[in-house]
Amino acid sequence: MSVGHVITLAGLLFTIGMLGVLSRRNILIILLSVELMLNAGALAFVAFANMHGNLDGQVMVFFTITVAAAEVAVGLAVVIALFRVKETVDTDRVQLLRK
Amino acid sequence: MTFFFWTFAAIIVTSGLLAITRRNGVAAALWAAVCFTAIAGEFVLMRAYFLAVVEVLVYAGAIMVLFLFVIMLINLRKEDLDVLTGPRLHIAGVLVAIGFMSALVWTCRKAGLFSVYMNQDAIGGETANLAKPLFAEYLLPFEIASFLLLSAIVGSVLITKRRLR
Repeated sequence: MSVGHVITLAGLLFTIGMLGVLSRRNILIILLSVELMLNAGALAFVAFANMHGNLDGQVMVFFTITVAAAEVAVGLAVVIALFRVKETVDTDRVQLLRK
Repeated sequence: MTFFFWTFAAIIVTSGLLAITRRNGVAAALWAAVCFTAIAGEFVLMRAYFLAVVEVLVYAGAIMVLFLFVIMLINLRKEDLDVLTGPRLHIAGVLVAIGFMSALVWTCRKAGLFSVYMNQDAIGGETANLAKPLFAEYLLPFEIASFLLLSAIVGSVLITKRRLR
């Protein structure tokens, strides 16, 4: 159980989140996968904080969670506003900016 | 200790994979909540006790509940419940994943991170110890984060308002 193992786990979680973002059409599942990626970064930060012996990495994770909460709130508000107009959460259908 | 690490790691990877592949939005959000709780367990193993509690309270407790509210309020029709965009994107994603993971493992091995073991007598991330840098060195980001949360609250209420008066 070394730092390398934790970083590999964080990388795996990040990859899983990335696959979710790339392969799903539902905007809510895409947002969920972005949250997985943010958590992977938080895991890496905590591992390095443990390695270095100070708590700077943990402070960074504190702010990461804060920013992620704010981002989810605004992102879901945008999804709701979009759903009112387009009646769908399918990203393939939302082509309003396309010519 | 090692047993717990591998157990939590298995739960994280499995529930993450299950979360991104469910057709049902509610099931996906709940698997993600399981994943976040296992990540909180990993935090405890790495002596980040306050962060483990915050992760469960905020991520699994508030953010996932917010997701569930929105998923349930939006009545999805059958054609919105999809899994994959298409076989081509799937294969490309797996190739990128393999490339990224091999680069990451190679970098970690090069940096010697696989021989640095978890430091059990490092400074512990209890609330008092975490408050010291948070309110001393990182006071300005802390205040900015509070302002960010205020603007996020106001913004989300404004975006979902039906008619701007």
